[in-house]
Amino acid sequence: MKNAYFGEFGGCFVPELLMPPLMEVDEAMRSIMPTKAFREELDDLLRNYAGRPTPLTFCPTLSRELGFDLWLKREDLLHTGAHKINNALGQGLLAKYMGKTRLIAETGAGQHGVATAAAAARLGLECVIYMGAEDVERQSSNVRRMRLLGAQVHPVESGSRTLKDAINETLRVWIATQQSTHYCFGTAAGPHPFPTLVREFQSVIGRETRAALLEKTGRLPQAVVACVGGGSNAIGMFHAFLKDESVRIIGVEAAGSGEPGCLNSASLNLGSPGVLHGNRTLLLQDREGQIEASQSISAGLDYPGVGPEHAWLKSCGRVRYDMVTDARALNAFQRLCRSEGILPALESSHALAWVLDHPQEFSPEGAVVVNLSGRGDKDMDIIQRALALQEV
Amino acid sequence: MHKLEEKIRRAGEQGRSALIPFLTAGFPSRDAFWKALAELDAHGADIIEIGVPFSDPVADGPVVEAASRRVLAEGVTLKEILAGLAARKGQFSAGLVLMGYYNPFLQYGLEKLARDAAEAGVHGFIVPDLPHEEDSPLKTALARHELALIPLVGPNTGRERMALYGPGAMGYVYVVSVMGVTGERKELAATVAETMRRARSVFDLPLALGFGLSRPEQLEDLPEDARPDAVVFGSALLKHLDAGGSAAEFMARWR
Repeated sequence: MKNAYFGEFGGCFVPELLMPPLMEVDEAMRSIMPTKAFREELDDLLRNYAGRPTPLTFCPTLSRELGFDLWLKREDLLHTGAHKINNALGQGLLAKYMGKTRLIAETGAGQHGVATAAAAARLGLECVIYMGAEDVERQSSNVRRMRLLGAQVHPVESGSRTLKDAINETLRVWIATQQSTHYCFGTAAGPHPFPTLVREFQSVIGRETRAALLEKTGRLPQAVVACVGGGSNAIGMFHAFLKDESVRIIGVEAAGSGEPGCLNSASLNLGSPGVLHGNRTLLLQDREGQIEASQSISAGLDYPGVGPEHAWLKSCGRVRYDMVTDARALNAFQRLCRSEGILPALESSHALAWVLDHPQEFSPEGAVVVNLSGRGDKDMDIIQRALALQEV
Repeated sequence: MHKLEEKIRRAGEQGRSALIPFLTAGFPSRDAFWKALAELDAHGADIIEIGVPFSDPVADGPVVEAASRRVLAEGVTLKEILAGLAARKGQFSAGLVLMGYYNPFLQYGLEKLARDAAEAGVHGFIVPDLPHEEDSPLKTALARHELALIPLVGPNTGRERMALYGPGAMGYVYVVSVMGVTGERKELAATVAETMRRARSVFDLPLALGFGLSRPEQLEDLPEDARPDAVVFGSALLKHLDAGGSAAEFMARWR
C-alpha cells in the first residue's frame, strides 16, 4: 500500500489477518472512488439525503462583540446532526460498490453510530455498532436511535468500556467477518487507508467553506478553527486550506477539567509518539507504553489518540493546536445559544470557545470560520448536570 | 540453525509435535507465574511464549485480554519481565519467546529491547500488530542479537503475502488457525489443512499452529501432510492456572 504515511506518522500496524481487507479498501479507494458513477451517486446522497451543501452562517452579535467577522460552517444542520454522515454515506456506498452486505462500526458518543446506522438503512446494508458499555449507559438516546434505524448495538465490556475499547472490539470482529463486511471507521485515524479515506469524505467541508466565503466576501478567511478528537471534522475543514499560506489553521483539543495533571483528551498537546489502533501518532500513554484513559465533558472528543495527519501537521508547524477546558466550552455553548440562537454540540463548542477566549489573536480584517461540526441536542443531559453543578 | 527451530526439529526427531504453551507474564500472580514457567519447562514445553501485557490487545480473545488487564493492574511491566528472566538465565531448557503488542516494545526502545532480551536469555518475539510492511525496524534490531521475529500468517494470507515474510525469518512460523482472535474453539476450522499446506510450500521453517487449540485430539482431525511441527496453546492454560490447577498437570494432557 502506497502513501500510508504522513511524515513519520500513520502506517498500518494491524494483525496480518487484517491486511487483506485493508488492502481491498485501499484498492477501492483508488479504483472505485474516482469513477463518475460513484461520485454522482454520492453527490446525490449528500445533497438530497444528507442536506449538503451546508450553510455558512454569519454571526452578527458575536462579530460585533469580538471586533471581527465570525462565520460558522453549519455541519450541525446535516441529517443525523453532525458531520459524521459525510463519511458514513461515503464508506457505506463504497462498501456497496465493493460487494459488501454489512457495515460494522465503533462509536463513542453515538454520533458516528447513528450516522452509520442511517447510511446502512438507506443503502440496504446490515449494520452492527460496537459501543463501550459505559457509553451505552451515558448516551442512551443515541442507542435508541441506532436501534430504531435497524442497527444492532453491542455493548463492549472489555477494557475501559469506552471508545478505544469499542475500536479494539470492532477490529477483532472485522477479522472474523471481513468477507461480507466493511468496517466503517468513524474518524480520520486507524490503520491506512482510513485516515486518508475519511479525510477524502470529510474534505467537502473545507471545499464548500472556501468557495462560499470567496463568493460572499471575495477573499479567503484569516483563520479556520475546528475541534480535534480523532480529528475528522477538523481535517475535513483544514484540508482545502493547507496550501493557502495566508490562512491560519487552528485545531482545538479538549483539556478536560483543566486542573494540573487532570485526565484530558489532548494527545497533540500533551501526548507522545506511539502506536495505537493501527497507526503511529501522538498518544496519551504512560512510560511503559500503556494507553491512558482520556476525559472530556464532550464524549466525541474523548479519545487518547488522534489522526496521524494532525500529528504531522503539528510537527511541520502548518496547524496550531491548542486546548480548551470543559468550563470554557460550556461557556461558549451558552453564549452561542443566547447570542445567535444556535445550540452547538459540546465538541464544536471547544472550537468556538478558543475563538471567543482569544479575540486578540485576530485582526479586524478578514473572516474567522469555526466549523460547527454538530448540534447540541444530544448533550442536553450532560449540559444540564454541568450547569447545575456550576450553580452550587 | 536458530535455537527455536532447533527445539522444534528435535521434537520432530522424537516423532512428536513440539509443545508451545503461552502464559501471560505475572499471571495468575507474580509468584505463581515464575513457578508455572519453571513447571512448564520441566514438564515438556519445547518453547514458552511469555505474554507481555498491553492495554489494547486487538488480536486477543477475552481470556488473554482479561489476564493482560489483571497483570497490568498489578503493575507488571516489560522491564520487570526482562529483569526476572535475566535473574533466572540458564534455568530454562525451553526456548523463550516474548509475545506482545508493538507500543510497549517501541517505548522501551527497540535497540535496548533487543540487547536486554538477548541478555535475559530470550530467543525471539511475536508481535501480532506488526505486519510485514511495518516490521523492518524491529526485525533489524533483533537480528543483530540473533533474535527471531516470528511471522504470523493465517487462513487469508495468500502465497504471495506469505512469501514476503520469508526473507530473514528465523525460528518458526506461527500459523493462525482461525479468522479470529486467540481463544479456544471446539473444533479446528475446515480451512486449517489448506492454510498449513500453503505455508508448508512457502516456508522452510517449522510451522506452529495456534489460536483456538484446547485439546491435543483436535490435531488428529488433520491429514498427515497438514499437521504442524508445533502447537501453541494459551487460553486453555490460563483458565486452568486461574482455576488453581498446576502447569505440570496441564502439560501431562499434551504429552
